[in-house]
Order: sequence, then structure tokens, then C-alpha cells
Amino acid sequence: MYHSKSYLKNVRVLLTRAVQDSVRIAYRAAFRAQVEKHHGRRIGNAYQQGCSGSYAAVGQQARCCSSGTERPVSWFSPGGEVHFPGAVAAPYTHKLVVEEAAKLLPIPAFRLLNNNGELVDGVDSKSVEEKVSGAVLRKIYDCMVALNVMDSILFSAQRQGRISFYLTSFCEEAAVVASAAALDNHDEVFAQYREQGVLLWRGYTYDDFCQQCCSTRKEPARGHQMPVHYGRKDMHFHTISSTLATQIPHAVGAAYALKLDGKGIAACYFGEGAASEGDFHAAMNFASTLDCPVLFICRNNGYAISTPATEQFRGDGIARRACGYGMDAIRCDGNDALAVYVATNYARDRIVATSRPMLLELLTYRGGHHSTSDDSSQYRSLEEIDYFMRYADPIARLGRFLNVSPAEEQAMRKRERTLVLDALSSAEQEEKEPPLDMFLDVYSSMPPHLIRQRESLRLSLERIEQAKANRASTSPK
Amino acid sequence: MLHKLFMYEALREAIDEEMARDKRVFVLGEDVGHYGGSYKVTKQLHTKYGDLRVLDTPIAENSFTGMAIGAAMTGLKPVVEGMNLSFLLLAFNQISNNAGMLHYTSGGNWSIPLVIRGPGGIGKQLSAEHSQRIEAYFQAVPGLKIVACSTPYNAKGLLKAAIRDNNPVLFLEHVLLYNLKQEIPKQEYVLPLDKAQVVREGSDVTIITYSRMLHHVMQAVKQLVAQGMNPEVIDLISLKPIDLETLVTSVSKTHKAIIVEECMQTGGIAAEVMAQIYSHAFDELDAPIRRLSSKDVPTPYNGYLEQACLVQPTQIVEAVKTLMST
Repeated sequence: MYHSKSYLKNVRVLLTRAVQDSVRIAYRAAFRAQVEKHHGRRIGNAYQQGCSGSYAAVGQQARCCSSGTERPVSWFSPGGEVHFPGAVAAPYTHKLVVEEAAKLLPIPAFRLLNNNGELVDGVDSKSVEEKVSGAVLRKIYDCMVALNVMDSILFSAQRQGRISFYLTSFCEEAAVVASAAALDNHDEVFAQYREQGVLLWRGYTYDDFCQQCCSTRKEPARGHQMPVHYGRKDMHFHTISSTLATQIPHAVGAAYALKLDGKGIAACYFGEGAASEGDFHAAMNFASTLDCPVLFICRNNGYAISTPATEQFRGDGIARRACGYGMDAIRCDGNDALAVYVATNYARDRIVATSRPMLLELLTYRGGHHSTSDDSSQYRSLEEIDYFMRYADPIARLGRFLNVSPAEEQAMRKRERTLVLDALSSAEQEEKEPPLDMFLDVYSSMPPHLIRQRESLRLSLERIEQAKANRASTSPK
Repeated sequence: MLHKLFMYEALREAIDEEMARDKRVFVLGEDVGHYGGSYKVTKQLHTKYGDLRVLDTPIAENSFTGMAIGAAMTGLKPVVEGMNLSFLLLAFNQISNNAGMLHYTSGGNWSIPLVIRGPGGIGKQLSAEHSQRIEAYFQAVPGLKIVACSTPYNAKGLLKAAIRDNNPVLFLEHVLLYNLKQEIPKQEYVLPLDKAQVVREGSDVTIITYSRMLHHVMQAVKQLVAQGMNPEVIDLISLKPIDLETLVTSVSKTHKAIIVEECMQTGGIAAEVMAQIYSHAFDELDAPIRRLSSKDVPTPYNGYLEQACLVQPTQIVEAVKTLMST
């Protein structure tokens, strides 16, 4: 019997998909059985949504474990073709195939608003209104403006020596605020350090920010952690660590805990620079293999301090990497607040439904220096910065879409500016934690060696004070 | 009621009881599930608690430790198994910068109730990278507790306490002690994490040790007693923080101290213990404190060299006798 090449190819593709689907279905069934066993209840068919229906019959033949302890063994097919466990779905070919990275087309970036703030072709306002209300968009806009104003003031405050360190979100306001808006406020957030917009969205006040940046005793960590390393438990925003990418496996662990509890997701922010760290790769792999409900949000802003994206990786950004871990990804114009909101919302719903992680890559641009310790004019031109601020300003884009007049924006900026300056002044007046309290919170209760060290410090400080007092009383009047 | 258990069984019983007691406790690491752990400590736990609570992870020490930290901050009580504690040096960042410090940098808002356990110490010809004594490296990290068990009895009681503790605990099991057998109570018991144990009361000299070296010390003590001496033996148990009170009480009685450890001499546990006794009980001492440590070399593979690198019971006898004659 003769079959055309294309027919054979189609058969091969169908068989390959059938094997892939059967393995996936078997794993998901096993996983679901375990979650159900853990919770003692059924959790619906969400886990099968990722499997294409036409191959379901094949999937049902695959052995799956009912006890939750036996692993599915679906790559054995006695008498059939041998498939190796490391890539069970791989077909065989006599052609020496080189999978050419350069031939993969770039992943398109999801966008709803063009730079003028108009809906792009093919999108009508009705379909947008179904996804997000005008009121929510206006709230996002206000929050982005507030973030921009606060960043400007606190950046200047560092330059004036009023605080020691700061990081701005210039030109990344939409990426952070619109994504935060699309999350549930109870989702556990693990951030890198340029995500103060998430906190602002969740109700962290200018007072809170200024108290933290001035490291006063009124802020949650009482000055134990450096400026902009925020953390706020009741806002589900985990304390930031300076070491890069360490929060990514934390988010996977938190998502794992949430999965066992059957509630919510974890959201993890990081830059494309952090995606070079080992922890990023391992955490992505962990999340995928362990079915953790986590949304990875990569702010691809083009720079890892001074190193441009072109010197950080050769592949198609960060989104493509997700596929390598068997994880789905979305790439989005990160300066289009509307698109960021819709994409984040979609990704979140999907994660809740499937308990599978996703990666959302937000293409954006770091408008400010890396931090106040950086001078980016050393490695990029002012023309470049000007270009992005002029043509990719996320605030202006959303403002045009919402018909916010320049006068209205200016009035808003003026009002917010006063509020931030007041908050900063009052934080500067606030007391710092007294030295002897530095021993608190090293452990849940203070062990003897710290009690001894605190007592020793107390006596030493007393002696210093006494000596000062003596000097004052004996100095010539 | 007693039953006779190997140390690995006592450890398993501890984890089993704690998992049954508290649904938040879960085990994770490489090969802890279906394989049962490299030293059988988690064997069959997956059949009882399912794969979700006895979680096999891909291999990436820093990341599964990080994952455990995230889970701990979100309400679970993870027990991480390091297949060999030497390899946990790959997780140094997560353990030191995150597990040890997040409670502090968050102003006490997040706790990290985490146990990191596994086989450590010098085994039988496992060579340099498998024979690290990580307690020496980790003792400087603020916020960590470090505990070393030495018998099936204390292994069980201490591991249960470590799992219940609200701080990150590095729990050291010695690779050569897993097959040590002892009769231990069938009834539940929990031991204090922060107390050194006076293993043998004596009056002439205080011998301070921990983990496997306790057994070398006890061999030496038999000979010393036969020769008419009456040494006091202290098992440190808690390597961080050190139970200074028990040490000072003993030294105030014997006025002489010797420390026997498996750490390399430079920067080891003995260095810290010595410094603390000198700082707090100098006037009680009749002679300088002695310490017997492993040599400051990477542990050699060759069996003869490996044994020569370690402190042996005869050397302990000799050192104690020298100290007694001063």
C-alpha cells in the first residue's frame, strides 16, 4: 500500500501527539488523585483542560495511579517502538535534525493600545470593557501617576542625602501596577526590588514608604533591612532580599503550600537580568515538574545594571525559555497597561484552573538608573532614554486612552507631590529603633548568647554616655 | 515500653510521628519519596502520606532549599533532606542569606520553621567533597540553630523538637551512626534543642564533644577509668547556640577541659567553645584547654590517610593523661 509522504508525516505527528497527551493526561490524573486525596474532595476537571479532547481516548488507556503512590508507566509499549524515558514523545527519523534556534520566529508581544493610546486594529472598545472596567483602568492610571511622583521625590531625596538608597520604576509603571491590579490582593507576591507599585496598589501609603526608606522604628522591619527592601505580611508582599533571584524558588515553595491549601496563587516578579541566575532556571523547572500555581512575571527592561539585553542572552528574550521547561508563556507589551492587565488576568485564571505555572514576559524599558548607586549615562545615551520616554511612556499612553487632560494630570501630580513631601518630612522626624533592640527577631526568642551580648553592649553604651557626661561637666565654662 | 531501633529508624519514627501530628509538616529533597532517602530515613513515608507530602524534587540544592523557605513562609513546616550535607554548600546562599535572616529583615513578620537534615561528617573513604563538616561553615550565620545528634535516643527526641521549632534548624546526622542500634522508648518524647547533655558525670576533667566523636570519647573513657581516672563527658548537642551554662558548671567542678571534634582545627566548633570557656570561666581553669580536631587538610580518600586525619581514641587517652599531669 502506498502512502504519500505528507500522509505519513501527518500520521507520525498524530501518533506523537497521542503519546504526549497520554503521558500528560496520566500525570495530571495522578496528580489530581493526590490533591483530592489530600483534601478529601474532588476538585473538578480543570487539570484536563490542557489536553486536547480528540486524543482523550488514548489518554484513558494510559495507566494512572489510583493510590497516589504509584507512578504512571505509559512509555512501555510491549512489542511496539522503544521510547526512551527522557523524551517519550520523540519520533525517530533518518534525517540528522539540527533544531536551529535562529529559525524559531520571535514570540509576538500582546498589545491592545498603540503609542497614541488608541485601540489597535481588530480590537473594539466593547470587548475591552468586558475584560476591564473604566473605573479599574482609571484607578490603575492614578496609581501609576502616584508611583511616578513618589519615585521622583524619593530619588531626589537620596541625591540630597535624606535617604541612603532608592530605585525608581520610571517607564515601568504599567508593567508593575497593571499586573498588580489583575492579581488578587491575597496572592502571595515575591518581588525583586523594583515593584513598589504592587505595594502602592495594595494600599501601602506614602507614610509607609517614607518610614521604610528612612528606616524608622515605625516601619515593619524597624530599620533592619535597607531602603526599598519592603515587606508587608498583611499585604502578602514578602520581604525583599538583595541577593538576586532567591525569591523565585521561594515563590515556587509558597505556591506549593497554597496548592496544598487549595487557595490562591503566588506571583513572582524579577527582571531579565535575574533570569541569568541559576535559581531562575531551577525554580522554573521545579514549578513545572511539581505543578505549582505560580505566575512568573518578568520585567524585561533591557538592562541588568549596565549590561544590555544583547549581552545577557542570545535567545528570544525570556518567554521562550518557559517552553523549554514545559511551561506556557505570554509575551506582552509591558508599557501598555491595558494589555498587561488583560494578560495577567488571563494568566491568573488559567493558573487557578490548571494548577500549572505560567511565565508572563513584559517588554519594557528601564527609564531610570539601576539604582541611586548607578549612573547610566556611562553606558547608554541620553538620546536612547529620551526615545523611550517619548515614544513608550506608559502613563501618557493610558492617559490618552482615558482622555485625561494635561491640566488634570498636572493637578494630580501637584497634589500627590505635597502628600509625599509631607510623608517624607514626618518620617525624617520619626525615631529609630534603639540600639539594644537590634537583638530582637534574630530568633523567635532570644537565646542566651544574644542576651549576654546585649547586656555587654548596654554596659558599654552606658560607659560611653557617662564619659560624655563627665567631659561636659569638667570642660571649662 | 522500649524497642530497639537503628538510628535511621529512630529518625524515621520522629518524622512519621510529626507528620501524623501536624499536617503542615512535609518532607522534600532528592530521592526522599519512592526511593526512601539515601539512608532509608524516609523509606515508605510516601505510601502513608502520599507524594505531595513526601516530595521528590529535581536536583538543585539551592532551589529546593529556597522552595522550602517559601513554603515555610506560607504556613508549612518543611523538612529538607540533603542527600549529603556536604552538597548543601550549594545551598549556602539560601540557608545563610534567606533562611537565617528573613525573620530578622522582615522585623519578625515572617518565621522560617524549617529543618534541614542529612548525613554529615567523615564517613568511610568518601573523600574530600563528601566529608565536609558544614557546622564549621554555618556556625557564623545568625538566625540558624545547629543541632547534632549522636544516638538513636537523642536523634528521635531532637528531630521532633527541631520540627516543632519556629526557627531554621540545621540538623546533623553522622553518616557512620545510621546503623547504631539502641533501645528507646516507644512512647512519645521530645528533647530540648538547646541543652548540652552530661553523658557521664566525673570530677577530674571535662571532655566536650559531639556527634560521632562521642563514641570515640567513650572508648577512651573506658581506658581512662580503668587507669583510675574519673572524666566528665559532655555531648554538646546544640552547636549553635552553645549551652555555655552546662560547660561552665562542669569546668567549675573539674577545672580542666579538653574538646574533641571532627571539624578541622581552624575555625571549627572547638575554636568557638574554647573561646567561650576562656571568656566566661578563665578563673576556673587550672590548665590551658586542649583541643583535638581533624587535620586542616581536605579529607583524603586513602583509608590510612583518612584515619590519620581523624582523632582516634588512643590519642584522646594520651591527651587526657597529659592534661591531667599538668
